[in-house]
Amino acid sequence: MANIKVLVAKPGLDGHDRGAKVVARALRDAGFEVIYTGIRLTPEQIAEAALQDDVNVVALSLLSGAHNTLFPKVVELLKEKGMTDVLVIGGGVIPDADIPGLKAAGIAEVFTPGTPTSKVVDFINANVK
Amino acid sequence: MANETLKAGFDAYMAKADAASAKFPERAHLEPNRLYTPLDIEGFDYEKDLGFPGEYPFTRGVQPTMYRGKFWTMRMYAGFSTAEESNKRYRYLLANGGSGLSCAFDLPTQIGYDSTDPMAEGEVGKVGVAIDSLADMEILFDQIALDKVSTSMTINAPASVLLCMYIAVAKKQGVPSDALRGTIQNDILKEYAARGTYIFPPKPSMRLITNIFEYCAKYVPKWNTISISGYHIREAGSTASQEIAFTIADGIAYVEAAIKAGMDVDAFAGRLSFFWNAHNNVLEEVAKFRASRRVWAKVMKERFGAKKAKSMMLRVHTQTAGSMLTAQQPNNNIVRVALQTAAAVMGGTQSLHTNSKDEALALPTTESVTIALRTQQIVAYESGLADTIDPLGGSYYVEALTNKIEKEAWDYIEKIDELGGAPEAIAKGYIQKEIQDSAYKWQMDIEAGRRIIVGVNKFTQEEEPPKNLLRVDGSVGKLQADKIAKVKAKRDNAAVAAKLAALKAACADEHVNLVPLILEAVEAYATEGEICGVMREVFGEYKAHTAL
Amino acid sequence: MDIVEEILKQNRLALSKGITAVENEYDNAVDIMTKIYTHTGHAYVIGITGPPGAGKSTLTDKIAKEFRKRGKTVGIVAIDPTSPYSGGAILGDRIRMMDLMMDSGIFIRSMATRGSLGGLSQKAGDAVKLMDAFGMDIILVETVGVGQSEVDIVKTADTTMVVVIPGMGDDIQAIKAGILEIGDLLTINKADREGADKLNIEMEMMLELNNEKNAGWRPPINRTIASKDQGTEAVVDSILAHRDFLMKTGKLDDIRKARIKSEVTDMVNVRVNRYIDKNVVRTAEFDETIEKLQRRETEPYSVVDNIVSKVLK
Repeated sequence: MANIKVLVAKPGLDGHDRGAKVVARALRDAGFEVIYTGIRLTPEQIAEAALQDDVNVVALSLLSGAHNTLFPKVVELLKEKGMTDVLVIGGGVIPDADIPGLKAAGIAEVFTPGTPTSKVVDFINANVK
Repeated sequence: MANETLKAGFDAYMAKADAASAKFPERAHLEPNRLYTPLDIEGFDYEKDLGFPGEYPFTRGVQPTMYRGKFWTMRMYAGFSTAEESNKRYRYLLANGGSGLSCAFDLPTQIGYDSTDPMAEGEVGKVGVAIDSLADMEILFDQIALDKVSTSMTINAPASVLLCMYIAVAKKQGVPSDALRGTIQNDILKEYAARGTYIFPPKPSMRLITNIFEYCAKYVPKWNTISISGYHIREAGSTASQEIAFTIADGIAYVEAAIKAGMDVDAFAGRLSFFWNAHNNVLEEVAKFRASRRVWAKVMKERFGAKKAKSMMLRVHTQTAGSMLTAQQPNNNIVRVALQTAAAVMGGTQSLHTNSKDEALALPTTESVTIALRTQQIVAYESGLADTIDPLGGSYYVEALTNKIEKEAWDYIEKIDELGGAPEAIAKGYIQKEIQDSAYKWQMDIEAGRRIIVGVNKFTQEEEPPKNLLRVDGSVGKLQADKIAKVKAKRDNAAVAAKLAALKAACADEHVNLVPLILEAVEAYATEGEICGVMREVFGEYKAHTAL
Repeated sequence: MDIVEEILKQNRLALSKGITAVENEYDNAVDIMTKIYTHTGHAYVIGITGPPGAGKSTLTDKIAKEFRKRGKTVGIVAIDPTSPYSGGAILGDRIRMMDLMMDSGIFIRSMATRGSLGGLSQKAGDAVKLMDAFGMDIILVETVGVGQSEVDIVKTADTTMVVVIPGMGDDIQAIKAGILEIGDLLTINKADREGADKLNIEMEMMLELNNEKNAGWRPPINRTIASKDQGTEAVVDSILAHRDFLMKTGKLDDIRKARIKSEVTDMVNVRVNRYIDKNVVRTAEFDETIEKLQRRETEPYSVVDNIVSKVLK
């Protein structure tokens, strides 16, 4: 019985957690095991939590505009820890122009405002490793 | 007798409408009734429930003349990148008919970190302007006469530090502190519950707040010492009733804290102000504004025995709902903001920020900020909505809705009282849970198509990615680091150390008002991170424990 | 990667992958547990349980920090219930322990109960063993004391602590009847709330009815305010006092023997249950029998005899 485990985390100083919490609940209701780690985390804390829980997915949420710095850093740290099979996704106020760069840095998908949670669920189901 | 005839007529009408709706199915899921009549406001008593504008219970407004005297303050929330960039934007807004300033600070500033702190990585200058020391504040208000303008600062945990910086800049301009007008948000409870930019645990945070009340009552008497904010609670997903209920519960906690600290309620209550969200449902919002004034007036009069009318008035700043802006078809947001503006104005707000159409994507450009400001001006000068006071007063629906929201708010306040007051209810996670449940329901309603958001789940279309978004590049961090280095090289470091040591010692003695000590540290060019740093050492840091 | 070898070298990724293997019942799980077994038995295991909202994870966080101050490494297994509706779960304990994330002397694993054919206590027990082999000195197992399987897990700990809070009203009755009696230590958390004194007295009175496991040991009642880190030291002192008591009296060996016995029994039960599920319950013949029973064409007693004699042949 291998349930999909998702870490929902907010790196940086941004306190807007409405989206992260709604997504966390929607993922739970879609049958995933969700670890919600709250706000104001460093990329190091997020990567270590992902390792300890051996999650399949790390879902990052950020509305402050620091995504170009912080999202890639999480990916990098996960790799350093040998967590090479984790699906990393991101969401928040993220301009389209930033998305190619984030994808190149290893963020599998970026969900912008207005995305239904069902789309996140479908993406995880289709892409989890 | 009249009501009986009316009841009979109403029943006949409903039977007819029900029959008709078999042919033309109504949108039956809607919460309001199909039609409102005098039956819905039975027992309505004009003098008791509404009264006249500027009179208890202030349902129709807090001033006797409202917008027939002067319009609300058109206060555009702005700030990004460096103090230099933001200063330019402020002067542009004032030159274009903005009547007050509203400062947005970046997250490191809001959480008491210098731009050079490792925690600030990637965040410097992003959601607002980066302020590290008095040197930045001097640039931020360069060529802005602080005796002429009123300034609102969205700052909470380190509100005392930023207020002291403002006082210090004014002093350099030759403006005494008793001439200063403006607001600091200073509302820590909603930070724990909904917004997240807390630093210290509740007890020292409440002490800082009452220290500010006390200090300002003496030295900055025209300053609004707190803006008790429902805005962020609503943004976090609450309903309209929850927004005002949780915020007024927070307000009760602040009043209790100040009274406990030995202050007379009428000495500070007149400087308390509120901050509402103007959401999409126009009539519900109007009712919310009206209900909130009535609830607060009763709280102050009946619960706290306030004597002055000023103490019972809920004066409110409003911002249109940021979370209702859509990234899809962003031009539609102009229309949403216009309707939200109409709601705030018919609700009788004292000041208003209107969001820009591109804010679901990035910080607003000058062009989109201008449209947002013009929206207020069109509503003020062209729409007629501001021509008479409380234009919806007496509407069966709006009065019934005002009563309903008031009742729901009282129910929540009672529940929160039972839990031991707002700080306890937040510590127990009750308020957060209620907000989260509403947010989740909202989202699920959208996904199930029970709630329509144009361009998002209906009337969608393929579109090009928007162009011309405002970008704050990563170089701001470096610029700020250089500025901090320069400040530290120039200032008297021994003096700074002495001021910080004095502040630290005072933190440990809860009978000392910290504001004068913070002001001294600020004037010696201690950085915000240094000042908050010593307070962190003594007070510790708050950790959120919100469960889902 | 040879998971066992790497765990013994204190490779954190290997520990994590090892726990995943047992949690998800991967093919290599039995192999891992077979090889790891002889490397276990060093850690001291502490069960922490109590009703929802008692502040267990905050207290666990503080206890872990206190053990770290005393130079011990700490593993934590935090168990949360799976939603019976969706099969998903919110594993909410880690949010209270994010400070511990940067400490290499700590490893936290969240687990969902997942339900179905038992196995939760076995999986949690295996996770404990893997952390033990990794070299953790102290292992804290935290569960909500509501379901029997959760209670079973903490019951097998060396020392079990039950956490309660004032103001739970009638709930205390349920606790009296249930989990309180398994506590070697009782902790009143959120002790600054009204009703702490009353609760303390009630619990003292209940302790007058002594239980067998603790002959010679009267469970101390500690008071904590975990959110302010008050009372943690005393709790850890009590844990260590209980350990000393168990060691001096030789009861620790008894407990561990009992634990091994229950583990093996559980393993047998799980295996047998699965066998029955696969070879009996999920068969067309069984469905037919149920139909017959419903039509009252036969009766359950001979059906059971029939099945058991077939299974046990």
